[in-house]
Amino acid sequence: MAVEHVDGKNKGTVMLYALSTCGWCNKTKELLRQIGVAFDYSYVDLLDGTEQDNAIAQVEKFNPSGSFPTLVIDNKKVIVGFREQEIREALGS
Amino acid sequence: MNFTGVSESDVDRVYLQLKKEAEDGGYRFNPDSEFTKNLIRGLLKNEQRYGYRACPCRLASGKSAEDGDIVCPCDYRDPDLSEYGACYCALYVSDEIVRGAAQVAPVPERRPPRSLRGKAPAVRTVTTGPVPVFPLPVWRCKVCGYLCAREQPPGICPICKVTKDRFERFI
Repeated sequence: MAVEHVDGKNKGTVMLYALSTCGWCNKTKELLRQIGVAFDYSYVDLLDGTEQDNAIAQVEKFNPSGSFPTLVIDNKKVIVGFREQEIREALGS
Repeated sequence: MNFTGVSESDVDRVYLQLKKEAEDGGYRFNPDSEFTKNLIRGLLKNEQRYGYRACPCRLASGKSAEDGDIVCPCDYRDPDLSEYGACYCALYVSDEIVRGAAQVAPVPERRPPRSLRGKAPAVRTVTTGPVPVFPLPVWRCKVCGYLCAREQPPGICPICKVTKDRFERFI
């Protein structure tokens, strides 16, 4: 899966599943940059075929509604939607 | 966010057009015009890549038969406006939010997950007494609930401007 990496403080594995056209996904990405953590993100709408199917399956594993943004921290903590307070608390900022 | 092939003049033109249509129908656009224009940019990007204005905040399949419910304005806008004061994207918001008396908060996804789509009934069935026989069928706009009694639904909903295919037979 095509994943972009953003450098920052190491707070564990932080993965953001997003859509390139989504306003809340964009706000979530900007919040992570502002907090300054290292994270990876993928624009699932820009993936093709099998790669996109696999990404959707991963999102659904953490968030059965399959919605975006889905933020996964250390493969266990899942935050769906732009929930600023919750994201800040989870990343200790 | 910038997308190739979506010009700023297109974004501005569609922004003004949709805002006017919304207000004419009694709906309100999010007053944060920068945020709103980003969503319009997403809508135009989706129109370019899928052929229709799929919701920018949801993943479209690219198959119009599967995405009919998420063509903007989506089938979920009005219930989300009633319950949360904003549609899923917060393109459309309540009067309270426009006035600054309430804040936009994340709206949970109301669209059924992929595994349930097409199985769960889209509308709750209300049991009534025997329905009288009308001389014409009654059509319901799935987006705004507008009802009309005529042989065929209108080409464009006079309230929310969605196309004929968004109507269902109601009675």
